[in-house]
Amino acid sequence: MYKAVNFKLNGEVVSVDVFGDETLLTVIRTYLDKTGTKYGCGIGQCGACTVLIDNEAIRSCMILVEDVQNKEITTIEGLESKNGDLHPIQKAFVELDALQCGFCTPGMILNAYGLLLKNPTPTRQEVLDGMEENLCRCGSYNRIIDAILKAAKELNEKVKI
Amino acid sequence: MKPDKIDELYFSDVNQPVIYDRRKFLKTLGKGIIVIFSLSELSLLQGWSQTSNSEKELDFNAYIHIKEDGRVNCYTGKIEMGQGIITSLAQVVAEELEVSIQMVDMIMGDTELCPYDAGTWGSLTTRFADPVIRAAAAAAREILLKFAAEKLQEPIENLVTKNGVICVLNNETTKITYAELTKGKKIVETLKNKPAIKSSKDFKVIGKPIISTDAIAKVTGKAQYSGDIKLPGMVYATVIRPDVFGSKKISVNTAELSNFEGVELIEDGDLVAVVHSNPDVANKAARKVKVVWDAPEAQATDKTIFEHLNNTITDSKIFEEKGDLEAGKKASKTVVEAEYYDGYKAHAAMETHAATCYFEGDKLIIWASTQTPFGLRDQLSTELHMPLEKVHVKQIFLGGGFGGKIYNQQAIEAAKIAKSCNKPVQLVWSRREEFMFDNFRPAALMKVKAGVDEHGKLQLWEFDIYCAGTRGTKLFYDVPNNKTSMFNEKNVRGNSHTSKSDSKSVHPFKTGAWRAPGNNSTTFARESHFDVVAFKFGIDPLKFRLNNLNNENMKATLQLAADTFNWKRAKKDGHGYGIALGEDAGTCVAIIAEVHVDKITGKVTPINLVCAQDMGQVVNPHGATVQTEGGLTMGLGYALYEDIEFNGGKIKARNFNNYTITKFSVTPKITCVFIDKMDAKPQGGGEPAIICVGGAIANAVFDACGARVYQMPLTPNRILDALK
Repeated sequence: MYKAVNFKLNGEVVSVDVFGDETLLTVIRTYLDKTGTKYGCGIGQCGACTVLIDNEAIRSCMILVEDVQNKEITTIEGLESKNGDLHPIQKAFVELDALQCGFCTPGMILNAYGLLLKNPTPTRQEVLDGMEENLCRCGSYNRIIDAILKAAKELNEKVKI
Repeated sequence: MKPDKIDELYFSDVNQPVIYDRRKFLKTLGKGIIVIFSLSELSLLQGWSQTSNSEKELDFNAYIHIKEDGRVNCYTGKIEMGQGIITSLAQVVAEELEVSIQMVDMIMGDTELCPYDAGTWGSLTTRFADPVIRAAAAAAREILLKFAAEKLQEPIENLVTKNGVICVLNNETTKITYAELTKGKKIVETLKNKPAIKSSKDFKVIGKPIISTDAIAKVTGKAQYSGDIKLPGMVYATVIRPDVFGSKKISVNTAELSNFEGVELIEDGDLVAVVHSNPDVANKAARKVKVVWDAPEAQATDKTIFEHLNNTITDSKIFEEKGDLEAGKKASKTVVEAEYYDGYKAHAAMETHAATCYFEGDKLIIWASTQTPFGLRDQLSTELHMPLEKVHVKQIFLGGGFGGKIYNQQAIEAAKIAKSCNKPVQLVWSRREEFMFDNFRPAALMKVKAGVDEHGKLQLWEFDIYCAGTRGTKLFYDVPNNKTSMFNEKNVRGNSHTSKSDSKSVHPFKTGAWRAPGNNSTTFARESHFDVVAFKFGIDPLKFRLNNLNNENMKATLQLAADTFNWKRAKKDGHGYGIALGEDAGTCVAIIAEVHVDKITGKVTPINLVCAQDMGQVVNPHGATVQTEGGLTMGLGYALYEDIEFNGGKIKARNFNNYTITKFSVTPKITCVFIDKMDAKPQGGGEPAIICVGGAIANAVFDACGARVYQMPLTPNRILDALK
């Protein structure tokens, strides 16, 4: 290992010794043991490894760890509230059963989170466009769209209160 | 069970439980009440299975453990890969045992905790494991009632069970909980008599839509898959692969490995790998290992494969025959012949094959993405020359299987590497490896000849099937003169997909099981041809099918689909409707598709899919709906865009950028309906729906624009060619 990279992971500051050219995916999964983020293709084609970097949904397999110095990263492990309540997106995925094998699910949820942070009141078509590059072989697409729209509604109601 | 055997069964109709190797099974579990259940014994009891196995040595195939805290463990050798049996099996336990589903823990696929199982494939779980588990739960309830009667000093008839509590009828204050009954006891009961099970009118849980019980673990990232296990001192393995499938190793040059500190090279026959405690270092080092490979000569490409199959396979075997084909021809007013083609398809599960393992002394412990934990145990025992009891395959979630995870190559590789380097090992295949060693659904060729008389009644049906197997091809239409033949050279069983001559396959790479593999190809051919004939004769495709059906279940299923879709409704410009009907894993399936075709570009947009199924008792209507939606969504891929391009063993698909699966934007509105048969035996649900997608889409495309495409996938180019 040649250098330390510092960033925030799910709200906590971490310092990791790295070579520098590892992917963020490798660092999250292997060095930091957060295995909720998945490897699906390694070339940014499937979205299973999606995380938030400074609130933007990014494929962690396409980012070198040296490029996340001082940034804030959110993975699926960081979505639940401290008291264990599911995030509204997670809750909607459960309620509409928008998953089967569950392998693409963390990436779907993080991509949806990034989408809703950018656009809190998306239309169905906007959700579809924003999710298009995330793949689900089990075929839960329609349920995923419904879940994201449901979560958006709940998040917006919360904001109003 | 060995992958070869499973393959053979996968491509045919399995209408009885698969009988396993005998195995004595009794574990030291905690206290409580344990119900052991034997399929062999039970099969002697009418109505549970069709086997006549009367082995003295019992083969325990399911059991229930009611623990001291009142929670219930249900042990099954099946695994969960997204198909939802972790929920539906718990449902039947909860139903018969009268506990809440939250009280049931499913212990699945662990070779030391669970009873032997031939694997999770072929939509067999709900058909054959569900009734046994249900009976075990019913038996457990009877045992609990017996104990409660003693304890409460009441006759059994006066007792009722509800939510884990047994109380006296009309006096709910005299009661005892399951936990109190099992406390401090260890009772092992073997079921001898068939227990009384509930009828549908008494169902509280079966038939109710239940959300997946594993959903929370999956949305929080807590669900663990084989590549998520991290062991102390573990190394990551990267295998060096050739460019061409089937290549043999000639030489290995490791000169450049010295630049990588701590990297170890593993060589075991054609298996060449490097390991390192850092996966990135292992990957980089692997790229520096130069292996010279001897690649096999290409026999075919994706352009020539059908000619290759047609020319290479000459032997055939009759699968089904009735009447006289000549008479059928004479009775026909119109005879139509055609050939249909279907290319190779990948499983492309989101989770690539992975395995993590270690040796504890001389014992191997492994987590692997496998649909066949017990099969894997056998394979590891053989490959590593170890006794069976020295191999322990642990329970894990799978990130999709679809028939692709019955071969276990990655797990064997991981175990060999671990043995060689004497360290815990994790091997996660790259997406490229996944495509190369996929065991693709085989390319298939189907020749059909059909004749229809002046009343629109089929008189002749001749079906020659190359490499698609017999599964789902038993003719359910009523045709007096018919013959179905399987073309599989030197394959005496005649019902598999391969053509093995001197163990050389006609396929340039590995092929095998897939979600209802060959039934997708043959259903596409049969249902396309039905529409071809109907069009030539000038009759509505729905009416034509109903005219030629005597099978009441199929008729009812087709009618349900037509009514749900509203078959007669007006079509928008450029839109078309298409029907396909089929049978798989005991389930009748009818799909009606609506598509839009752009005549200029040849682009197909699926608009609407209606799927009606008769799957007997629907244990979890919600789970069955999700499975059906999934099957239809996946099916659009093989129908419209999925195709493996290749030159011999050189496979072009290396990742999702050159192998397109269904995406969000292509997924249409999907409606799933089921025939109501709650007292019937449950049938398959994971695979059946997918079989009709190709046929329904092809027929809808024809209806929309007049392009009859005889080859799947129906690419824009093929549609434009057909329009010329």
